[in-house]
Amino acid sequence: MYDSLRPEELSQVGKSPECADDVEKLCGTATYVSDMELPGMLHAQVKKSPHARARITRIDASKALAMDGVRAVVTGEELDYRLGLYVVDKRILAKGEVRHHGEAVAAVAADTIEIARAAVEAIVVDYEPLPPVLHHMDALKADAPLVHPDLGGYSYMAAAFTPMPGTNIANHTKLRKGDVEKGFAESAWVVEREYSCPSVQHVPMETHVAIVQWGKSDRVTIWTSAQSPFTVRNLFCHAFGLPHNDVRVHIPYVGGGFGGKAGIGVEPLAAVLSRKAGGRPVKFRASREEEFSLLPCRSALTYRLKTGVSAEGKILAQEMTLYWDSGAYADYAVNVTRASGYSASGPYEIPAAKVDSYTIYTNKPYGTAYRGFGHVEFHWAIERHMELIASAIGMDPLEFRLRNALKPGSRTLTGEEITEHTGNVRKCIETAAKAVSYGGLTKEEAERERLTGWKIGKGVAALQKAPAMPSYTSTAVIVKMNEDGTVAVNLALTDYGQGTYTSIRQIAAERLGFPLDKVKVSFECDTDKDPYDWQTVASKGLLLSGNATILACEDLLKNAYEVAAQALKANPCDLGHDGDKVYLKHHPAKSVSFASMAVGLALSNGNGIGGPLIGVGRYIAQGLTFLDKETGEGSPALDWTFGAHGMVVEVHPETGEYRVLKIASVYDVGKAINPEIVRGQAIGGMLQGLGTAICEGYIYDKEGRLLNPSFTDNKIPTAKDLPLVIECYVVETPQIDGPYGARGVGEHSMISVAPALGNAIQQAVGAQLMHMPMRFEDVWRAIGRKEAVDNWITKSPVGSCRSAPELRNRE
Amino acid sequence: MRIRLSVNGQVYARDVEEHRTLLRFLREDLGLPGTKEGCGMGECGACTVIYNGRAVNACMVLAVEADGATIETIEGEAKGDSLSDIQAAFERNHAVQCGFCTPGMVMSVKELLRENPKPDDDEIKEAIEGNFCRCTGYTQIIEAVRDLTGRSGEKGGLEHV
Repeated sequence: MYDSLRPEELSQVGKSPECADDVEKLCGTATYVSDMELPGMLHAQVKKSPHARARITRIDASKALAMDGVRAVVTGEELDYRLGLYVVDKRILAKGEVRHHGEAVAAVAADTIEIARAAVEAIVVDYEPLPPVLHHMDALKADAPLVHPDLGGYSYMAAAFTPMPGTNIANHTKLRKGDVEKGFAESAWVVEREYSCPSVQHVPMETHVAIVQWGKSDRVTIWTSAQSPFTVRNLFCHAFGLPHNDVRVHIPYVGGGFGGKAGIGVEPLAAVLSRKAGGRPVKFRASREEEFSLLPCRSALTYRLKTGVSAEGKILAQEMTLYWDSGAYADYAVNVTRASGYSASGPYEIPAAKVDSYTIYTNKPYGTAYRGFGHVEFHWAIERHMELIASAIGMDPLEFRLRNALKPGSRTLTGEEITEHTGNVRKCIETAAKAVSYGGLTKEEAERERLTGWKIGKGVAALQKAPAMPSYTSTAVIVKMNEDGTVAVNLALTDYGQGTYTSIRQIAAERLGFPLDKVKVSFECDTDKDPYDWQTVASKGLLLSGNATILACEDLLKNAYEVAAQALKANPCDLGHDGDKVYLKHHPAKSVSFASMAVGLALSNGNGIGGPLIGVGRYIAQGLTFLDKETGEGSPALDWTFGAHGMVVEVHPETGEYRVLKIASVYDVGKAINPEIVRGQAIGGMLQGLGTAICEGYIYDKEGRLLNPSFTDNKIPTAKDLPLVIECYVVETPQIDGPYGARGVGEHSMISVAPALGNAIQQAVGAQLMHMPMRFEDVWRAIGRKEAVDNWITKSPVGSCRSAPELRNRE
Repeated sequence: MRIRLSVNGQVYARDVEEHRTLLRFLREDLGLPGTKEGCGMGECGACTVIYNGRAVNACMVLAVEADGATIETIEGEAKGDSLSDIQAAFERNHAVQCGFCTPGMVMSVKELLRENPKPDDDEIKEAIEGNFCRCTGYTQIIEAVRDLTGRSGEKGGLEHV
């Protein structure tokens, strides 16, 4: 899809028009599901488990049912459906046993939310508490309680996943490349470390919300705040055994997703209540507390790394073991495990590699996709590890990175060859380093150090990510011409702020040769009317839907040219067009307008030709394969987007307080379709990455109760947390099969922010942090110890997160 | 209890229950859903409205307290077909992503600029600190405010290397 057009030959791509939907959002007239009300609509509330693990011995809902205004009560006992994207392990409401604190055990639909709340209070549930398994490393022990004793009986996607019945392992992804033992034997240095990060909440400003109407003849209509209309429909139909034609999913404006709304969420709950209430529409909107503990979070990770390095500073072998805390259900966490399994080394060449990536069940809120899909977490480990190896072997960390970074001819962990078109990670690293004047202090920085007494340090961390998606992921786009010659683009990719629709609009206008104001991308997705799209995830939307848009535009033009050729009595090959008309290239005065052809052209005698002009574009990922389950070999990557972050931080040498003075981000985006949108993604993701690095994370008590399900106790960054200086750079190595050379960058801005900060702190004061978030007190403790220290937030009850740096010099 | 108040220049008289928040009153009773609920606990600022000239979290005010008050919400911001200066600056500066925090953010900026027409960056950050935005990283919002105060040149860009 890449034509080697020079920037001056592009009229739309590479410019930064405003987002078309901003006016509605700015006027308060954009309707989100949380704003919607339907006639006869009921409000739902759920009864939640106070235990992390317990047997449900009795549920008495009689008092709730007797209350005025209560229209339906549903308990897990009466439902026999299981949900799951990859491993089908989750019930709509807990049945028999609760698996995490905050899990729903019963639900009520009532005339008002107040009545529903009171009814939930009136439901009596008796539990027999069971010992929970709370830490994922404990869950691996032979005598650990099983979160899912029935794991062996669940259905799952066998081509990609390997559950281990009789254990708490929902999936084990393996990768074997080269001879690791030989690599270690030949290494001058072997460095072994362990890193971790806790669960984190996505925090979409609009919590999960759905309205569902279970109509007559089991026809179901869903309005939901979700990312992926077709996946909601598909999983819903599978769970309830309904034909796809009988379920319709609408997605209007969505107040943020970040992966937390990638799959199915609260829709089935509202659906069973609507069915029980005789088909009245039921709305369920999660409270902020429920967003933290009823709905999914990002998985915690413990990552063990063992790396063998030659005397020249080349990595010879690496053993990578990732332990992902999936919480009570597998959801997307199994695929995070898989994606991190084949990407776990970061953008570095590892000649001999051994990866074992485990998804582990525990009795905690469950893990799902979150911006970066595992890469934020494991890049924390990899990029801190690269820094610690470099300082251990006495090499400059930047030099060590560049010496091992992927380059044309390198092979990834799965054996895929990197070419000159794949993207240029070295240029990203070098640009980030230059942007922060890496290698010393500027005159101003030195003066600042002298005046304040704080120490300034600099860090660089690289990143890579490819979309994690089925190898045959596909999408379609329809472009329809209106009577006045304008066009509307229909697609089921959702835009919940990423700006994809604006970029798609630019791509369509570019390919059609139309002015931008003649092109509209239709908002609000509808599975009955829009063509299929798999999911809005993985930074794959621009590439797949962008290509489908180009193909749809070409199809529409072909159809228009056929009509025009008849009207002008010419060969299609002799025709050209502008934004208004198709004309004869050698007699431009002879033309026929798009408007006259839009719904079919009337010839001078009244005969009609053509018909409504539409164009259809279908695109499916090319050349990707399943991965070998033993070796991990294969082609998983639609496109690799590489990047790097550079950071300048000043740290108080005694207290551990720190301030981020500057951050620079660099991504090889192939082509920035809309530079201001790219910049918005870069900065938004960067600050989300800083949140994860500095302060965010789930904290549990010993019984597995989440202690901080609110913004007061789980702070997210505000405007005051911004670094003083932010610089955004892009490298543009065209993606040959990307639209106008573009590749995805929605998630990448969040990856490797945390290790860049950790590396800068280490350079400033020598603190060796291996666990994030990095709170001031963690830095203070690390300064005192001059060695890697635990972080109290991720501290394991058995000390399994304890780091034992085992640096051996074999010489 | 019966209350009477002015919202965006229109006078409303309604009976409300004592526990009803101003947020729900605006959204559900008056049909003005532009003001959003992000947490319902006064933490996130999505429900910011201007109450007798001051930006407040509408989820923390009872409707009965607003008896006699003058309220401004996002629905009153545009004038006819044209965006207000603040809205236009947000649009021009790509300061909107998912849009859920946007109405509250615009209200906070409106109060800021009324009180302080030439805020510096620290004052801008202070004014919007209570408005959480998970999408934008705030920078393009701050640039929109700079743009409104004659500092449109102070804007970062995307540098190609």
